[in-house]
Amino acid sequence: MTLTSILILAGLAAGLGILARGRWRLPLLLSVSALTVYALQPALPIRFLDFWLPTVTLGLVVLGWALTAPPEQRAWRANWPAAAILAGVVLLLGSSRLLGLDLPAVGRPPRPDSLLLFAAAVAGLAFFFSRSVRRSRLWLALGVIFLLTLFVFLKYPPLTAALSAWLRLWNGQSPALASALDIRWLGFSYLAFRLLHTFRDRQSGRLPPVSLAEYAVYAVFFPALTAGPIDRLERFVADLHRPRPLDSQGWLEAGKRLTLGLFKKFVLADTLALIALGPVNALQVHSPGWTWVLLYAYSLQLYFDFAGYTDMAIGLGRLMGIQLPENFNAPYLKPNLTQFWNNWHMTLTQWIRAYVFNPLTRALRASNRSIPAAIIILAGQLSTMLLIGLWHGITWNFALWGLWHALGLFVHNRWSEWTRPRLAALSGVRRRLLDLGGVVLTFHYVTLGWVWFALPDPLTSWQVFLKLMGAG
Amino acid sequence: MDRPPVIRPLAVLWKGLLLFLILNLLTAAFPLDGLGRVSLYNRVFPGRERLPFGENPAQSYNLSLFDLDAMFASHVIAGGEKPAEEYRIILIGDSSVWGTLLRPEETLAGRLNAAHLTLCGREARVYNLGYPSLSLTKDLLLLDYAMRYDPDLVLWLTTLEAFPLDVQLTAPIVAHNAPRAQALIARYRLPFDPADPALARSTFWNRTLVGQRRALADLLRLQMYGVLWAATGIDQAYPPDYPALQVDLEADLSFHGLQPPALRETDLAFEVLDAGFRAAGETPVLLVNEPMFLSRGENSDLRYNFFYPRWAYDDYRRLLGERAERSGWNYLDLWNLLPDSVHYTNSAIHLTPQAEAVLAERLVEAILQSPCP
Repeated sequence: MTLTSILILAGLAAGLGILARGRWRLPLLLSVSALTVYALQPALPIRFLDFWLPTVTLGLVVLGWALTAPPEQRAWRANWPAAAILAGVVLLLGSSRLLGLDLPAVGRPPRPDSLLLFAAAVAGLAFFFSRSVRRSRLWLALGVIFLLTLFVFLKYPPLTAALSAWLRLWNGQSPALASALDIRWLGFSYLAFRLLHTFRDRQSGRLPPVSLAEYAVYAVFFPALTAGPIDRLERFVADLHRPRPLDSQGWLEAGKRLTLGLFKKFVLADTLALIALGPVNALQVHSPGWTWVLLYAYSLQLYFDFAGYTDMAIGLGRLMGIQLPENFNAPYLKPNLTQFWNNWHMTLTQWIRAYVFNPLTRALRASNRSIPAAIIILAGQLSTMLLIGLWHGITWNFALWGLWHALGLFVHNRWSEWTRPRLAALSGVRRRLLDLGGVVLTFHYVTLGWVWFALPDPLTSWQVFLKLMGAG
Repeated sequence: MDRPPVIRPLAVLWKGLLLFLILNLLTAAFPLDGLGRVSLYNRVFPGRERLPFGENPAQSYNLSLFDLDAMFASHVIAGGEKPAEEYRIILIGDSSVWGTLLRPEETLAGRLNAAHLTLCGREARVYNLGYPSLSLTKDLLLLDYAMRYDPDLVLWLTTLEAFPLDVQLTAPIVAHNAPRAQALIARYRLPFDPADPALARSTFWNRTLVGQRRALADLLRLQMYGVLWAATGIDQAYPPDYPALQVDLEADLSFHGLQPPALRETDLAFEVLDAGFRAAGETPVLLVNEPMFLSRGENSDLRYNFFYPRWAYDDYRRLLGERAERSGWNYLDLWNLLPDSVHYTNSAIHLTPQAEAVLAERLVEAILQSPCP
């Protein structure tokens, strides 16, 4: 996102914070969030795709709600305004060309009849899901599978390129130019996490009943659309109904987070990005010392970029009375890898812990075979960290990055089991020195792990490791 | 018990805006001249082998900026006092001297340094102060600045394209250094209007912090790219492919709006050349008409190459030769030293690494005949 778009969003959020109160709050937040899905979607080379992807986002939100809402929440009377807003946004933007409006931030819409057909299909499916109460578990399971399949198509470059070729053919464009970069679906990763959270919680009976408007605002809340954090539905809806007041304290908190976020992203991260390790300079750098400098720059750039966006999201949310969860808590200053992961992209790790690690380790513990605790921990950490790695993209390097952290976490787990009784008595300067050593070691382990993350293939990463050690 | 102070957001906002306004007024009143001299180059990073220039910073780890202080501060020539045992030669010229598509060691300066010359009992060290734009006034601007580094010899390579009057003030580096250009116009009585619209005017707005944001960001970026310069030794993008120089030519006889049959001395900026010699003072200057590609393709009976119709170039050589003789300039005409396309990369004046070596070899002979100070 550019500085200009963030300042526009800040203005919008402040306006909503001041004006969107009482019964207008939800419809206004929904309208602006739905419009922002279109405005933030980057332009794409495949015809109409930059309009279709936001439209499908809204379609998925409606279907997600229809799948998860209990029967008593599905009353037409309570939900038609939200349905009308979503349909209105799609059809209004979709007919902008016909109305002679050239909306600069919105992709070129397809023919209105195809949009009407899409809206009718979504409405029909939503109606079907809402009537098919007895098979709701089956539909939820299929919904999870559908989202994961979509995820694989978007994150596995050969499949994404194949999908692009197919879409190009469909549109009468040359498939020879197809590339995985053709399909950049703004916010899909975070949307998928939110929808999966509601599907799983609905399956386990923990999901609170919410209206379509509440569900949709939660799923596409514009401050958190592009880079999270991943909130929980029940917590978000609580703030939606009891917004934190935009008093002096609210303005100060929001202003502070926004300023901090802008500084982290546009001053620190963007400056460090000039010299951060990348696929090209990794092969050009000619000394171990400078390779380390480039790697440190990458490590810090990644943190300031992501933490900056989170600060801005929290600041924007605060303007509208919503306290989004924290995502980073000085992760590079933590004395071990476990604490690092408890403080880096916290909402993602909490999500993975809740829906992958805990169920998996519970299932392994509950199995009849007597599996050693260490193996259960290793299996849990391997599966969760590999999943986090592959969430960034289904490539060897992201898998190796996940493996790197899984092994690190496992080693730390075993080490701390062994040292806990031996170091318990340590205090004062010795304890502080140990913690300091832990911080340095953890930071370097994480930073070395970014070599997998920053580079496109294992061979290049290996060459960089050799350079870092003075052997390249 | 003391209550925590009440913070009023509006008061914070107003105070912040007021401070910002004051800061802007202060920078407008007391411009940040000389800030460019603060540099990490030659301290944390090695100095650059040539002046900063780059149209694609992400690939070249280099960028174009107009702050001469910052440009020279990043150059290896600003690395400290001139050693007593050094015979300092500076190269002035266009992109062919700067070394488009050439690595630092492949440029003319790199080739001359590789020759390990000894002059007047001192070891010659050649500094590349070429800059990729064609304008004698640009050359004068850089030469005038470079004289503070106490050169023993100035090697000034040029070509006709740097001579037309219409290109003198439009080179971006000249246009954005209006006060320096105006000072040169006044000092050497150059035939240009100091109020020429090509020279960017300094306004109150562009002296404020906001008005200077681009220049300040460029300064910061130049320092940051020092890391990659130090780490990789790369200072320009080297594309695997580039358009070859043009061999078949248009049947166009015009040159910068001038038509045959003849160029007049007043059509060309000889006064700037003369000013350059005066700016060098006692330091000897070797003026070189640089080699260029001589096409044998379509319409080569009318033109030598993409840049020059034959009539204009022939007249230019004649005029320059006469002027050099009249003024007592040390002048070397190497226009046809490397006539074939094989010696050039993407333009009629951009030499290949091998051709730079040939040119260097030819220049060494002339340099060795330079008088000792």
